[in-house]
Amino acid sequence: MAQILLVDDSISMREMVSFTLKEAGHDVIEAEDGIQALDVVQNNAFNLVITDVNMPNMDGIILTSKLRQIDSFKFTPILILTTETSDARKQDGKAAGATGWIEKPFDPDSLLSTVDRVL
Amino acid sequence: MEIDINLSQFHDIFFEESFEGIEIMESQLLNLSPGTADKEIINTIFRAAHSIKGSAGTFGFSEISDFTHKMETVLDKMRNDVLEINQQLISLLLSAVDSLNNMLISHREAKPYDATLIENVSAQLEKLAPHPGADTPPAKQESSQDSKQAATTEQRWRIGFFPYEKLFYSGNDPLRLIRELQTLGEFAIKAEVDNLPDFDDLDVHNCYLGWRMQIQGQITREQIEEVFAWVEGDCKLEITREIERRSPEDRRKSPGQSGRRKTDTEHRSIRVSTEKIDNLLNLVGELVITQSILNRVCNDLGMDSSDKFLACLEQLERNTRELQEQTMSIRMLPVDKTFQRIPRIVHDLSIAQGKQVNVEFSGETTELDKTVLEKIGDPLVHLVRNALDHGIETPDIRVSKGKPEQGTIKINASHEGGHVILRISDDGNGINSDKLLATAIEKSLVAEGVELSESQIQNMIFLPGLSTSNEVSDISGRGVGMDVVKRNISDLGGTVDVWSEQGVGSTFTIRLPLTLAILDGQVVRVGRQIFIMPLHSIKETLIFNQSDTNTVAAKVELYKYRDEYVPLIRLTELFNIEPETSADHPELIVVFDIGDKHIGIVVDDVIGQQQVVIKSLENNYKSVPGLTGATVLGDGSVALILDVLGLATQHKETGNRATTA
Repeated sequence: MAQILLVDDSISMREMVSFTLKEAGHDVIEAEDGIQALDVVQNNAFNLVITDVNMPNMDGIILTSKLRQIDSFKFTPILILTTETSDARKQDGKAAGATGWIEKPFDPDSLLSTVDRVL
Repeated sequence: MEIDINLSQFHDIFFEESFEGIEIMESQLLNLSPGTADKEIINTIFRAAHSIKGSAGTFGFSEISDFTHKMETVLDKMRNDVLEINQQLISLLLSAVDSLNNMLISHREAKPYDATLIENVSAQLEKLAPHPGADTPPAKQESSQDSKQAATTEQRWRIGFFPYEKLFYSGNDPLRLIRELQTLGEFAIKAEVDNLPDFDDLDVHNCYLGWRMQIQGQITREQIEEVFAWVEGDCKLEITREIERRSPEDRRKSPGQSGRRKTDTEHRSIRVSTEKIDNLLNLVGELVITQSILNRVCNDLGMDSSDKFLACLEQLERNTRELQEQTMSIRMLPVDKTFQRIPRIVHDLSIAQGKQVNVEFSGETTELDKTVLEKIGDPLVHLVRNALDHGIETPDIRVSKGKPEQGTIKINASHEGGHVILRISDDGNGINSDKLLATAIEKSLVAEGVELSESQIQNMIFLPGLSTSNEVSDISGRGVGMDVVKRNISDLGGTVDVWSEQGVGSTFTIRLPLTLAILDGQVVRVGRQIFIMPLHSIKETLIFNQSDTNTVAAKVELYKYRDEYVPLIRLTELFNIEPETSADHPELIVVFDIGDKHIGIVVDDVIGQQQVVIKSLENNYKSVPGLTGATVLGDGSVALILDVLGLATQHKETGNRATTA
């Protein structure tokens, strides 16, 4: 069981991912964008961060690079949720310090198997 | 871990969110001006489309995600200045938003949609931003299964994996990769420690080790590459195939656990059907009635002498009232949902009519009962159409009148007393009162020579069968007249008024009750019958003075109220109630405010004020003119609730007939 930070501006995606992770026994804290996520991490420790890329206020790429600047997040797995089939955004994510990515669309099983990879 | 999750449980949220996204796209598209690529606006639209694309794919609506993908490509070209932003492009994207909306609606309602229309838009989008090769990205739904599909023949692979020192800083862990690789087949591994520095120089956060591995089984190169996909730029990787062997052997399956644990999902908000809320509201209504019965019983039994009991009763009453208010507030929604339809309508219409119109909103957060909100949409749209169609002039006429080229429609919502006021004003041509009056006389809607105030004439626009515009346009002239607007609003217990100044503009004021379920009532007695009157429209109560009455035209009784004569309504006549016989008891007149007019209702006694729960007559009996419903009083008796507005209209009609006769 892990403590997971989930960042996505889409409620439906957040609910679906959150529900799936909780079904698998994980603890999930949700944030709606990068700014909110940075606020949440001040008082919470996480084993994993899952973040959407396209979000208002602060996107997932900037969030990733900001998290990597925080000592307690230097080595934490960060997975980006991306719909891009092109590799550009994945590379942006990698360059910002992301561990890997989960490609949308995905189903609950593939989400969990990807999460299991890094936990 | 295998987990069984039904994705359809998220569909409602997905639809709701997507409709919100559609609203955002629509309103932002309307904010785009041809010629300028406002990056901020395009990005907002892009993000909305992108979000729908991602979720639609995940929830299994692949054609929605394909369609949004095409929109996205066009939007991408717009923000990169590859496509010039012109009116045509904006219109195309608006119809794409419509198509998307249609697809979503038909999916939500599980109905087929008009595919040809959507394909047409889709083709136009594609023409602007052609896709190289495949037009849609392949669905990745089955990716986990696909990649795990083993090769048909036994393979042996040698893998050299030499991470760069900073590998850990991306959150990746070689151990994790090695373990995953292990699940693919028979596995052997050897660590390379050549790069390990002296202990003093060792940084524990760096990775100095490398590994050589051998793996055997029905494994494809893609499977191995996928394991290392995330560390592609962070290591040196060599994958070589050794020999082929033909002996299909059962691949070791990954140890899957199917232990499921139910955890409660936390919600910041929950979705509840309106039916449940209405049942709750009805129940709370019953509680309010029981409360007043209890108060009465307490009096009857002489228990009001017990302070303790009275305090208890008061506490209960406070709680009941709070419960009622809270329950009612569940049904309250901000009006901006209704306003959101309007910019698009104005946009389309102003293009069609060659007019330039700007819409301004204020007070969007004002809350209104859901039912009222739903039913006010159409009248509101009609008034806006009307303002655009008949009010606002074409740019050349406006300029010749010294007005700015662009007309303005202002829509405002606000609270006033127990009401919500919606104002729709335009700076157009206003109402031509002379023409209106002439038409009304011509159609015998009003008698010739009757003294009418400017406001009275203007409000004749709401009379049935009266159309001011000479030419019937296909916009306002859709068979729905202003009389229907007025009737719809009256049905909601509201009123609508117009005030207009020729050449300057018109303002329509809609006044609506906050809720339909509960009424602050004045309890009155007429003969032996108890009636409830809506408290909010009572102006004052007077003692009837015979010398102040003036009967005109047969039966129309007028009463001198301050500087005007107000028509009097006698419920005894209207509802065949036996009048009170005792002459020494003076009659009372309750004066009502109806828009800008007054009307008086004669009663025998004013009993008190009370909040009543409106029970529909239609549902329980049948609709009766002059009554909005009924309620149960504290003593368990039934009282009728007067529809003052309806009574006034009814009275005016008989009055008019009397005067014209």
